[in-house]
Amino acid sequence: MTFIPKPKVSHPGLPRNELGLTRRDYEGALSTLCAGCGHDSITAAITEACWGISLQPELLVKLSGIGCSSKTTAYFVNGSHGFNSVHGRMPSIATGANAANRELMYIGISGDGDSLSIGLGQFAHAIRRNLNMLYIIENNGVYGLTKGQFSASADMGSKAKKGEVNRQSPIDPVLLAMNLGAGFVARSFSGDKAQLVPLIQAGLRYPGFALIDVISPCVTFNDHEGSTRSYAFTREHYSAAIAADYVPRQAQITADYAEGERIFVELHDGNQVALRKLNAEYDPTDAHAAYGHVQQRLAAGEFLTGLLHCRATEETEFHALNRTPEQPLNAVPFDKLCPKREGLSRLLARFA
Amino acid sequence: MSSTNTADANYFHKVVDCQWACPAHTDVPEYIRLIAQGRFTEAYLVNRRSNVFPGILGRVCDRPCEPACRRGRIEDKPVAICRLKRVAADNKDEYRSALPPVPAQKNGYRVACIGAGCASLTVANDLMPLGYDITIFEQFKTAGGLMRTNIPAFRLPGSVIDEEIATIVDMGVDLRLGQRIESMAELLAQGFDAIFVGSGAPKGKELSLPGREEASANVHIGINWLESIAFGHVDKIGEQVLIIGVGNTAMDCCRSALRLGAKRVKVMARKPRQFFKASAWELEDAEAESVEIIVNRSPKSFDLKDDRLQGMTFEVMEYELDAQGRITSERIVGEEFFEADDVILAIGQENAFPWIERDLGIEFDRWELPKVDPVTFQSTRPEVFFGGDAAFGPKNIIWSVEQAHQAAISIHRHCYGESVKDRRPPGLNLQSRKMGMHEWSYANDYSAHERRLVPHISIKERFKKINIEVELGFSAEQAAEEVQRCLNCDVQTVFSAKACIECDACIDICPVDCLTMIEPAPEPELRERLKVPARNLEQALFVSEPLKFTERVMVKDEDLCVHCGLCAERCPTAAWDMQKSYVKWPHALEHGVTS
Repeated sequence: MTFIPKPKVSHPGLPRNELGLTRRDYEGALSTLCAGCGHDSITAAITEACWGISLQPELLVKLSGIGCSSKTTAYFVNGSHGFNSVHGRMPSIATGANAANRELMYIGISGDGDSLSIGLGQFAHAIRRNLNMLYIIENNGVYGLTKGQFSASADMGSKAKKGEVNRQSPIDPVLLAMNLGAGFVARSFSGDKAQLVPLIQAGLRYPGFALIDVISPCVTFNDHEGSTRSYAFTREHYSAAIAADYVPRQAQITADYAEGERIFVELHDGNQVALRKLNAEYDPTDAHAAYGHVQQRLAAGEFLTGLLHCRATEETEFHALNRTPEQPLNAVPFDKLCPKREGLSRLLARFA
Repeated sequence: MSSTNTADANYFHKVVDCQWACPAHTDVPEYIRLIAQGRFTEAYLVNRRSNVFPGILGRVCDRPCEPACRRGRIEDKPVAICRLKRVAADNKDEYRSALPPVPAQKNGYRVACIGAGCASLTVANDLMPLGYDITIFEQFKTAGGLMRTNIPAFRLPGSVIDEEIATIVDMGVDLRLGQRIESMAELLAQGFDAIFVGSGAPKGKELSLPGREEASANVHIGINWLESIAFGHVDKIGEQVLIIGVGNTAMDCCRSALRLGAKRVKVMARKPRQFFKASAWELEDAEAESVEIIVNRSPKSFDLKDDRLQGMTFEVMEYELDAQGRITSERIVGEEFFEADDVILAIGQENAFPWIERDLGIEFDRWELPKVDPVTFQSTRPEVFFGGDAAFGPKNIIWSVEQAHQAAISIHRHCYGESVKDRRPPGLNLQSRKMGMHEWSYANDYSAHERRLVPHISIKERFKKINIEVELGFSAEQAAEEVQRCLNCDVQTVFSAKACIECDACIDICPVDCLTMIEPAPEPELRERLKVPARNLEQALFVSEPLKFTERVMVKDEDLCVHCGLCAERCPTAAWDMQKSYVKWPHALEHGVTS
């Protein structure tokens, strides 16, 4: 963190998006995280991504639970809605909010503790529900807020700051999400904005549950030698399998599609995600193949990154499945929303 | 683009735009911080070390620092550097006891200085603490040169000049007032070890047009006329006055004319406004006093009737400009007559050395200017040195002071028999400003204040007497806000590639997006590929050594950095640090000689 807020002064040459806003207009409050925290870089990537797709700040909902990661929703897009929920219960709040208003865009920020320990059940069911949201796990392998105990994502053999070695097997959110049928599963690294920003843009637009597991080193408790989540270890074992580009509708006409290596996944609003294979034998649209490949590389000690699996899942999307009304509940006229005693009696009569 | 060599003293010096632009390299941010702390005397001394006359320059400096100020690129207006200098001078306490002492034991060398202007006085200031005997010869009965005779008292009160000159003269300088040097040969015969010519550029340019001779009673040469006012020889002028020329002397002339009773004053310029030589603020002050500036009028003749000046005829000019704003062609489209009771010529001034015999080994070029080395200020006769306007024609006080500093080094080396060419290069010290986790020993928070305006005395009041100073100067309280606008550019962002773990924290927090981690590339390509392209080519790029994980480089565009230190605060490994740069610009005292 810093002791003074980022000054309001900005570079006069900053580019402006379709709404006439600069990147600076998508910033939030002063971060109170440790200096050098990976989470702050992810915050910057989200800021950049939201600016890049000319998102109207008031159409975004930021949700989080408890933890270092969950503090970060305060640090981006000041003009949006937010809910900081109970530990591990963010998916329930997200489900409720999403059910009530499908016109907004939902971004949930969670950590390896919030999602894989206390909130694992909630996390799993949000995936099953295929909730239309972008779920980012800021994954550092430790409980930073309680001074660095191993989290559920800590790798076997990884060393804690004081030298203790982890003997429990980790939960990998990417494999778990694929297993549970998620249609948009990605892994990235806080130190690679070139990869992360388009992933966030695509995830925000993906109709259904989109997961990005972002390796985000804890600079205070997990950046030492022997850690498998340090900046140094991540840089060394980092391998990009698939590069994703978010392709807005208007850009599709001019973009160069000659490259045979590209696969396009259509989003519901006519935008696309373009996948560039960086590894010939890997097909990211095939869930089984992707699962096997990621597992294999993980066993070989490699963090495979990129949009590891992507397929359209619109028919199982939460709203499609539950046939919810198009209109947000806050826009439904009062007498329709609240049918009075007579209406209630009629409704109850159906179950008599 | 290879990695930046920050061991080169000039790299960090150049980041401090004001200090780099100042001919005397005044440590501006340092004295502004001292003012912020209410330490006016120390602020004055920091100034005095470089520019010798802070009280005078705080009022009339040409301020090359202000157009250079980084603040002027971030928002519209630079920090009011010049007027802050005056705040230090106005509020200082006793300071002479802090100056280098003058040894009782003299070194035995005698130096003569010609003209008691800013150049000669600077030479005396630099050499007295080294034990020299200095004699200054001055033609007038008062010291100060053009500072006294050409700058009107309503801009620069005599008391300010007196005080700063007394500080130097009281070191034990032998000041010989009213002694005009008529012959260099005679002076040389007096056996001085070195002679410094600091006699300025005292000759106003003439405008030879029909009627000039006949109208001479009412046509005045600007600098001579100002001098006559300064000495009380002239105290009135006609109602309608034309000033020819549009430099700073013209501005002083038109405003002086108003104070001597002129009712309508017009400044006549040959070219359009963008070609004016006067500083913007001097034009502003003159126009605030209802002086009319008329462009595109080229003087043609002085018109008389019954042997009395009636006015002047001008040719009306038209110019064509190219895309860069340069004049490509001009033509005359008509003629116009302007009435005038008096005309003042302020079209420039030049050096004149009728008193230097041409057979002394002091060579002159074909424009009759002495041949002077631009680094050592030595003439072709080894013991004779030139400085200030006398050396390279009219510039301004701050240039004269710096030239005199350099000449003093040469004189010192010459007297001790060492090569004047062998000079110490400038050095640079860096000192961390880190006090704790997030604590710096400078105010790093950006102040969004706009530039404060210096209060002026009312238009009605200021014309009552010729010597009422128009600018009142900032009060200590007003200065307190203006000082916070300084960006502390001398507190440098110093980077260590070895310590960097490439976490992006500095890049994310930088408010002005001046940092990028990127694959190395040639400079033009690099400039375009930065987070925000670096298109101000006058400002350097800092390029680090390759980083240890990815072999990318850290690039910093120096252009708009506000030196807030957030990169260093956010850095988990202290790869960035904020360090104050001290530019060691040697003067005679620090320069030393080996013997």
